[in-house]
Amino acid sequence: MRYIERITGLYPREKMAKKPARKAGTRKPATARQKAGRKRGRKSGSAALYAASAKELTAFYRSMLMIRRFEEKAGQMYGMGLIGGFCHLYIGQEAVVVGVQDALQPGDQVLTSYRDHGHMLAAGIDPKAVMAELTGRSGGISRGKGGSMHMFSLDHGFYGGHGIVAAQVPIGTGLAFANKYNDSDAVAVTYFGDGAANQGQIFESFNMAKLWSLPVLYVIENNQYAMGTSIDRASGVTELCRRGDSFNIPGRLVDGMNVLEVRAATEEALAHCRTGKGPMILEMKTYRYRGHSMSDPAKYRSRAEVQEMRAEHDPIDQVKRRLLADKIFDEAGLKAIDKEIKDQVTASAEFAQESPEPEAAALYTDILAPEAAPETERG
Amino acid sequence: MAIQILMPALSPTMEEGTLAKWLVKEGDVITSGDMLAEIETDKATMELEAVDEGIMGKILVPEGTENVAINTPIAVILEEGEDAGDIEDVAASPVTEATPAQEPEAAPAPAPATVAAPVIEILSDPDLPEGTTTQRLSVREALRDAMAEEMRRDGNVFLMGEEVAQYEGAYKVSQGLLAEFGDKRVIDTPITEYGFTGLGIGAAFAGLRPIIEFMTFNFAMQAIDHIVNSAAKTRYMSGGQISCPIVFRGPNGAAARVGAQHSQNYASWYSHVPGLKVIAPYTAADAKGLLKAAIRDDNPVVFLENELLYGEAFDVPDIEDYLLPIGKARVTRAGGDVTLVAYSIAVGVALEAAGLLAAEGIEAEVIDLRTIRPLDMETVIASVQKTNRCVMVEEGWPQSGVGAEISARLMTEAFDWLDAPVARVTNADVPMPYAANLEALALVSPEAVAKAAKAVCYRG
Repeated sequence: MRYIERITGLYPREKMAKKPARKAGTRKPATARQKAGRKRGRKSGSAALYAASAKELTAFYRSMLMIRRFEEKAGQMYGMGLIGGFCHLYIGQEAVVVGVQDALQPGDQVLTSYRDHGHMLAAGIDPKAVMAELTGRSGGISRGKGGSMHMFSLDHGFYGGHGIVAAQVPIGTGLAFANKYNDSDAVAVTYFGDGAANQGQIFESFNMAKLWSLPVLYVIENNQYAMGTSIDRASGVTELCRRGDSFNIPGRLVDGMNVLEVRAATEEALAHCRTGKGPMILEMKTYRYRGHSMSDPAKYRSRAEVQEMRAEHDPIDQVKRRLLADKIFDEAGLKAIDKEIKDQVTASAEFAQESPEPEAAALYTDILAPEAAPETERG
Repeated sequence: MAIQILMPALSPTMEEGTLAKWLVKEGDVITSGDMLAEIETDKATMELEAVDEGIMGKILVPEGTENVAINTPIAVILEEGEDAGDIEDVAASPVTEATPAQEPEAAPAPAPATVAAPVIEILSDPDLPEGTTTQRLSVREALRDAMAEEMRRDGNVFLMGEEVAQYEGAYKVSQGLLAEFGDKRVIDTPITEYGFTGLGIGAAFAGLRPIIEFMTFNFAMQAIDHIVNSAAKTRYMSGGQISCPIVFRGPNGAAARVGAQHSQNYASWYSHVPGLKVIAPYTAADAKGLLKAAIRDDNPVVFLENELLYGEAFDVPDIEDYLLPIGKARVTRAGGDVTLVAYSIAVGVALEAAGLLAAEGIEAEVIDLRTIRPLDMETVIASVQKTNRCVMVEEGWPQSGVGAEISARLMTEAFDWLDAPVARVTNADVPMPYAANLEALALVSPEAVAKAAKAVCYRG
């Protein structure tokens, strides 16, 4: 019930949807009826949903399924010792990146934390290059030198993959600074989690983004657990979309398990950022099914809680039901898609094992810019 | 008794100033809080406020006078019942108050009588064209000129930091830049080092060339995560995809009497990190040539200045687009008996020590590293092959310092050339004390360097 309560109980949703730029401090206290609604776990149902065409809906399904299967494979390969170190899976949160990415324009930038595989796949990066980075092979997107947490692709506007909690937030704000400096209409989409939302550098960034009206969209992926600490044990105010209140940055709560709601909210928010109105915050209420990393047994939450999320709110199932109900696909058609994606993931896993390890000489490359050779190693 | 008004010390590093303007005239009634005069310090023009009440009896130093030492009597205020006769007594009486902002460098015992004030001659770069003229510039002006030239040359270069724009720099390094380049490219930030450092790095990832000024590098500790984790490592972690052409600059090391939290040398910290370049110049010419090179470099560069050097003037070559190579040390003084290796303000200490040593017949070769990473060991080793002795002079802590690195490298790369163990002269291994005498004891001194040099020469 925790998810339901949180997703529906925060603000009068109708008003939020209409007026995303609502100023801090002007929010009316919840009415008795609204409060009652919370208690009953009333679903909002009123948030704007993106009117996806059959083609778009299918594309969302494919993208989310690709991330799900990819991550399951990565988890498997980690278990087999083929992936080392840290590995943070995105299973459960797929609707967020798929919905956001679909609303972007060419030239927009994206960056996130270390839970980045899904963002890369959503950005259109070849799963082979991502999986081979996880196995530390030369065919990886960072030639095996970055690993799970440190991946980049300038060709796809993807600026990492950052291993230090919240470090991507001022960096994304800096990308937005460059957009404004260059008179570009690009928006820097900066993802971070509910844990990072308490970091000091977030607020330093918010302040400058507002002060200079930078085109940055902060997407808070609130999966409700910062590693093993639930949000109510870490945050005095758990409504993270209000984190911009004292900076007058509008924030909006979004059901991050519903790709259509994510898509619609992102489009509106991007329009806000793109038209010189400065930064905006979207809080995507979401849930990760797996532990924080591979070594996390997730003892801090009940199995029932996870089961409930999977059974009632799974982002992929939601779209699947729509595809069937609208008769866009029948079961056989969906199976064919599943098979196709499974094959792609299998191919990426094979590539990631066949791709050779980086040459030893790669140890000393990419430290400094090419025209200046790095210092040679010593004795 | 009439009250003497003394030339005030208006900054930690001020030794003298210009009495720009009197705002009162003789005979005026003075009330506490009145503005008496405008005084130009090494950083700013400040107003001198009256503390006492009375009548302006006599102005002793006329307006427009330059180089008025702190504590010089500049005027006399008459108290009630006093007249002009009292002025003479006061004006003639010696200053009895303690000197409030004496430079620690001035504190050590005077040099032996045979050595006059050490003459610091900076050898010019060997590859300067014959007949190159020079102009006398302070380090502060040279840094400003370097930034201005690069900003004129490349629209992607911008300056960001606390007080860099409207205030024109906390140490007046960015004087005139806002007027020339406007607030799009000269940007005052909130006091949030962590945030604006990360923001600058993001802008660099996107292809701009930020110059991030730290009011001092002490405050960059709040941002060191971004300098190390985000700026230095991303090229490597991205398999060469992402460049981070950014300069982090500002004063580093001890100023004067600013205590433990504002007096730290970070050269060895940053020099530890692959993916960074680290520059710490001494002269104005190097400050200019190397800052220009740093701004053009495609790598993150940590550019360590020194507050006490900002006001020092040096000859700067009159060359259009004066660029110096990063990673090249320079022989600043030639000598055959012992090699003194230093960087930043310690080069001055080494040169003074060389003067002391010369008086005793020891000719020291002084090497200014200029760049700390990459280290130009070739130049150091070439000198040690000649002198067979080396003393590292570093205004910073000893453990894991740049001197420790030089010493280790000499042991592995020039062991057979050494006739004595490498000596290190560093600051005391203590947080910087505030008390003037303790601060002087904590800092490297020419005397200590000369002593160490004599020891490795087995003399004295």
